[in-house]
Amino acid sequence: MNEFFHVLTDNWDVIGSHFLATIELFLIAAAGSLVFGTLLAAMRVSPVPALRAFGTSYVLLLRNCPLTLVFALLVFAVPKLEVNIDYFPSACIALIAYTSAFVCEALRSGINTVPVGQAEAARALGMTFAQVLGSVVLPQAFRTVVPPMISVLNAMLKNTTIAAGFSVAEAGAIQAYLSERGENQIYVLLWVTIGFLILVVPLVALQRTLERRWRVAR
Amino acid sequence: MTNVLYDLPGPKARLRNRILGVVSALGIVALLAYIVWRFYDTGQFEPLKWQQFEYTAIQYQLRDGYLTTLRVAGTAAVLALLLGALLAAGRLSDHAWLRAPATSFVELFRAIPLLVLIFFAYYGPIQLGYKIGPFWPLVIALMVYNGAVLAEIFRSGVLAVARGQSEAAYALGMRKTQVMLSILLPQAVRAMLPVIVSQLVVLLKDTALGFIIALPELLYAGKQIGGRLAFDLPYVPSYLVVAAIYIATCGLLSWFAFWLQKRLIGGPRRSTATGRVPLTTDQGVAGPAL
Repeated sequence: MNEFFHVLTDNWDVIGSHFLATIELFLIAAAGSLVFGTLLAAMRVSPVPALRAFGTSYVLLLRNCPLTLVFALLVFAVPKLEVNIDYFPSACIALIAYTSAFVCEALRSGINTVPVGQAEAARALGMTFAQVLGSVVLPQAFRTVVPPMISVLNAMLKNTTIAAGFSVAEAGAIQAYLSERGENQIYVLLWVTIGFLILVVPLVALQRTLERRWRVAR
Repeated sequence: MTNVLYDLPGPKARLRNRILGVVSALGIVALLAYIVWRFYDTGQFEPLKWQQFEYTAIQYQLRDGYLTTLRVAGTAAVLALLLGALLAAGRLSDHAWLRAPATSFVELFRAIPLLVLIFFAYYGPIQLGYKIGPFWPLVIALMVYNGAVLAEIFRSGVLAVARGQSEAAYALGMRKTQVMLSILLPQAVRAMLPVIVSQLVVLLKDTALGFIIALPELLYAGKQIGGRLAFDLPYVPSYLVVAAIYIATCGLLSWFAFWLQKRLIGGPRRSTATGRVPLTTDQGVAGPAL
């Protein structure tokens, strides 16, 4: 048991810095994919056919592509096109590119749950486009969108570990790093698990609370 | 076409949309042209880089990689469905001593990143002195993780069946098992099937993580083909071919899930199980979309 705790205390520098990198990766990718995913969703529901087609094919391609393959494409194939990106930005781009497709889907299905009658009634009352969106459609869509959006982000947080396979020093890479120091790998992995539980559990709890509160309210 | 966001466009809006359409089409064409130019500029269209795919040995390597991917996905899918059914039964049980362990198992394994589970299953036995290949660790990790996710899908599916259904069945004097098997499950499966297939697509995609523990699956084959110096390191062609295979396979499965959804749920006969409880994959998306 003592040995188990020593794995943490002896290697605090490595474990701490790697988890910080995970959090950094998560925050950057979350912000990026929320922005880009919203753009994609706007394209998919827009009245412009070219944008709709682009959004639809993007989501279709990325949703059916393993994230590991997106990473591999960025890390191995893109440099061959003489576009050189460092490992950490590559990981951010891969996560953003992949997660945006899911953010877009969560948003779109949220907008689709608002009955058309709501918008029609608002227009019949003489509301402008901004008022229809701002006071009628979006507040209703928001409630259905936020809980699934948190699970999308939660899945993305867990997906950051894949970056470890592509030379990014984040939490997924702790095991490989510490096995070189000769630490017990099972203990190391247990600590990594505990670290992830600390990060994931609040997100899940938030999602459950919002889901429960807003389901009743509707 | 009216939808929630836009009214029927008038003449002004139609003109604006047309201008926007032309501008965005030009933008998309410019983006594609840039990519093609990068390809051309760095010689990705040279025959040497594509030559490998003419060799039968390479075709076999790709085929074997693909078969390994399918074998992992198939084995893990069957095991995960079984485990998921068991865990869901445990979570829905009336006995706390069954419910508590099943609930903690599901909650725990849904929260751990799949790659960490794979590392546990792969490096754990090595640490203890057993030598095993990468196949079973990947299958076991996929089984445990997706089993936990599927258990949640099964459980919400059963809970989504209108309560009157089970009350009526109990009033007719059916036993608990009978109510579950002949009343709740047949209706729940209708609602769940598309989401289950979507989750199996997620599982199939996740087999690509075998790449990281050097299982010779499709992505790994792609890397080996791309890494050959004799063909001028054709990473771009090889990964494009691999991506096409993945997208075709998963796209076909997603399309099947979409078709199922239209047939089972979206049809004129609406199922009584119209999701009071949301059914989502672990990626947070409800059901398939095309």
